[in-house]
Amino acid sequence: MYKSDFVRQLQTPGGGIQLRRSIQMDYTLAIILLILCGMGLLIIYSATGQSIFYVRRQLIFMLTGFFIMILFAQFPQRFWERWAPVIYLIGVIALIGVLQVGVEINGAQRWLDLKFIRLQPSELMKICVPLMISAYIAKRAIPPSLKHVSAAVILISIPVLLVVRQPDLGTALLISVTGFFVLFLAGIKRRYLIGAFVLALAALPSLWFFVMLDYQKQRVLTLLNPQHDKLGAGWNIIQSTTAIGSGGWSGKGWTQGTQSQLNFLPESHTDFIIAVLAEEFGLIGVLTLSALYTLLIGRCLYIGLSSPSMFGRLMAGSIAYTFFVFVFVNLCMVSGLLPVVGAPLPLISYGGTAIVTLLAGFGIIMSIGNESKKGRSVS
Amino acid sequence: MNDNSAFVNDTEMKRLFSRRVLFASIVAIVVGFMVLGRYFDLQVNQHQDFVTQSNNNRVLMRPVSPPRGLIFDRNGELLADNKPTYNLTIVNERSGNLEVLLNDLRQLIEISSQDIYQFKNRLKRRKPYQNIPLKYNLSERERSILGVNSFRLNGAEVSAKLTRYYPQGPFFAHVIGYVGRINEIENRNIDTSLYRGTDSIGKLGIEKYYEHALLGKLGHEHVETNARGRVMRSLSKEDPIPGANLELYLDANLQRTAQKILGDKRAAFVAIEIKTGGILAMVSTPSYDPNKFVLGISQGDYSELVNSENQPLFNRAIRGQYPPGSTIKPMFGLIGLQNKIITTKHVIDDPGFFVLKGVERPWRDHNSDKGGHGEGIDLAQAIIESCDVYFYNMGLDIGIETLASFSSMFGIGQVTGIDLHGEQPGIMPSKSWKKLTLGEPWFDGDTINVSIGQGFMLATPLQLAVMTARIASRGSQIVPKLVSSKNGVNYTKNDNFPITPLDIHSEYWTYMHQAMRNVVHTPRGTAYRIGKDLNYLIAGKTGTAQVISIDADKEYDKTQIDQTKWDHALFIAFAPAEDPKIAMALIVENGGHGSSTAAPIARVILDAYFNEVEKQMLVGG
Repeated sequence: MYKSDFVRQLQTPGGGIQLRRSIQMDYTLAIILLILCGMGLLIIYSATGQSIFYVRRQLIFMLTGFFIMILFAQFPQRFWERWAPVIYLIGVIALIGVLQVGVEINGAQRWLDLKFIRLQPSELMKICVPLMISAYIAKRAIPPSLKHVSAAVILISIPVLLVVRQPDLGTALLISVTGFFVLFLAGIKRRYLIGAFVLALAALPSLWFFVMLDYQKQRVLTLLNPQHDKLGAGWNIIQSTTAIGSGGWSGKGWTQGTQSQLNFLPESHTDFIIAVLAEEFGLIGVLTLSALYTLLIGRCLYIGLSSPSMFGRLMAGSIAYTFFVFVFVNLCMVSGLLPVVGAPLPLISYGGTAIVTLLAGFGIIMSIGNESKKGRSVS
Repeated sequence: MNDNSAFVNDTEMKRLFSRRVLFASIVAIVVGFMVLGRYFDLQVNQHQDFVTQSNNNRVLMRPVSPPRGLIFDRNGELLADNKPTYNLTIVNERSGNLEVLLNDLRQLIEISSQDIYQFKNRLKRRKPYQNIPLKYNLSERERSILGVNSFRLNGAEVSAKLTRYYPQGPFFAHVIGYVGRINEIENRNIDTSLYRGTDSIGKLGIEKYYEHALLGKLGHEHVETNARGRVMRSLSKEDPIPGANLELYLDANLQRTAQKILGDKRAAFVAIEIKTGGILAMVSTPSYDPNKFVLGISQGDYSELVNSENQPLFNRAIRGQYPPGSTIKPMFGLIGLQNKIITTKHVIDDPGFFVLKGVERPWRDHNSDKGGHGEGIDLAQAIIESCDVYFYNMGLDIGIETLASFSSMFGIGQVTGIDLHGEQPGIMPSKSWKKLTLGEPWFDGDTINVSIGQGFMLATPLQLAVMTARIASRGSQIVPKLVSSKNGVNYTKNDNFPITPLDIHSEYWTYMHQAMRNVVHTPRGTAYRIGKDLNYLIAGKTGTAQVISIDADKEYDKTQIDQTKWDHALFIAFAPAEDPKIAMALIVENGGHGSSTAAPIARVILDAYFNEVEKQMLVGG
């Protein structure tokens, strides 16, 4: 039945003119993404002590990401729905691969060395999991029954447990959040939601005593009282809040932040990059960034709301909220509201896999968007 | 389970979805404003406090590098040391104008364009305010020039650093290896946070294999700086944990004796302590000075080493693969006995050559010109006189598959598992091996060649030493190892290396030990000349391995051929024969005969070892 679509496309006259029109993407989304990435490059340049080396590398990652995004946007939405299980399975296998042969960095095995490129499969899972769960739930009755919810929970926990073993608790939590959003948006019953909430609360103590490693506990304790260990574990938080606070309304100016430029700020080009922005561009910079993020999330939700298919809605919606959680967690972590969990600021922080994965995810959303546009033009 | 509450209508589904989106968005907006409230609080309400704090912020955290672990021989003699060197480093952010600074520096001291080039490469990968080395190992004069001018050299600094030093020079280069600067490929594969305090990494040998243990753990120092970032004083310090000191099984005296007597010959020598499997000596000559590599070897020195036809950088002991020649005869003899192909009573007649049905060209014995070894040759005699024809017959009867599978239990044809990288497996050929690598079927003639350690068969000197140690210990599962302890506690990384146990009848071991002892201690033995005036007994076996094949009707004449094609001289031995302590293998490339070249050298080395043991026993008593 899909073949007929294909045949019809072939018969469309005027192939040459079609070519331009056949590159389909959501230009609103693309423009917001471009602005955000541009901001990222500016801040990375400043955060690395004006190193063109890091900027160039990040630019290459961004270009790769945009290429993949546009490529993904060309596939019909059906493609993603149908191939979701395979993509999910590849992701899980890659995760197992990391535990077997992964490269160890900072005591955690998160990287898969494919010779030409280093992959971080746990990062890919942030897209694979919502894709899989959306595809699974969309085919079932809405709202999902207990049976289907349980199956979905199992599908979520497999990659989550694998990531916990790397060990990377922060990413594991974020991955489960992505899956949770799909279930929530699919209209899972309130009593399940309340049940899950109670269960999560009850699990906290056992998490503390059995799962969390000493360094992870240390980070939580540091959060509660950073002054306690000023030069040790509290160092990061004190330095980052100082950077943010000293920025004021309008900041010290690009490449003029003393905290960032004099090397007081740790991880300034990765997880703590928002502190550089806050110091050099002030609250105005932070608000501008937040506005851009809000536009981005809003656009994704709009695409989800106007999608004619359940899969499209779930996928677009869950990615939008997941993205919000990433931003939220990072902003909290750097300003000392949450423990340091190793979560980069999406689209701004330096890092290859993260940006490529995010842009790939937006590519899928664009593919969903194309579908709803088509739906509108027909009706 | 039939869920009645499920929707069928898409409009209803959409409505539910929209409600959820609305709910989630409200939550998101609320928590979003809470976070922004936090930023507002920090940036507006508390702004003045933080500005003050930021202006007073003078405390920096700096990595403090741990000293690398030292390496000792079994008697506590130092093989790898650290000594302070002074390097010129630059912090780009403080230099103002980098090109001007570099120019000023070049006018004061000599800085090569190579130095500048490497410096600029490192500069690209630096972190803000990182000290980037420009020139290593400053002389005292250079240091004082820089010291006097330091006031006008903003951004440049002379820093003292511990640098690896190998006091034994070339004597241990192949075993200990060396450290060198971290290159780009290594930089991608290491956890850079562990290497913040150093720019060296183990490149070869023990230094590489035990890199993790030797490296140590980084410490941190909080220092107060002035407003421009220059360090004023140290506030607190978390001390680094030094790398672990390693003690080796190596005996430095034995190693030096062996290397001195081998001189510049292309040769390799490996000795194993039978009780432990510990390597007593591992020599590959010619050698080189590892100290040249530590701070970066000059292009000229390097190409000299690489282009030298004696290949001093090549570790022959573990990477050199040679035809083992007659040294494998004791092993094959044991395989024949254990598989009941021959008995100790079995005898053959040796006319000096061997004819295989259907093959025109005969296989010659090494003494075919004297008419062979005569009649009634048994296994012991075939070992003592090294009779090839006996082994041609026996090898054919055993068959290549049995030879191959049993040889592997002696350590031939596979890596021995020593705690070094880059060990070669040698070749123990079999039917499937030949099919796979050459795509050809196996011939009986191939078996005949292998049965005297020629043909396709190749082994490393280390493998031959392991084989000898397993024979000497009557089949112990010996895994060769270099490191015996870490910080005084027993430690090796390769203890769990899997080996198939050797199950050979006790009387066969006794028989073979006797035969090998008679190689040295009876007049007909091929190594009889080294048996004179010995105050201990040696059991050994000579070997002379052909490098090129000589036609059956031609004589091998040293004077007629190029020296690089002369035979390799080999000798394996263990001693004392009645209660073995040490097993060894020696190969001299193109050295001629095992009996005339290799065995006498081995005798000198063994004498040195036992004299030392005796001396220590006297001291101890």
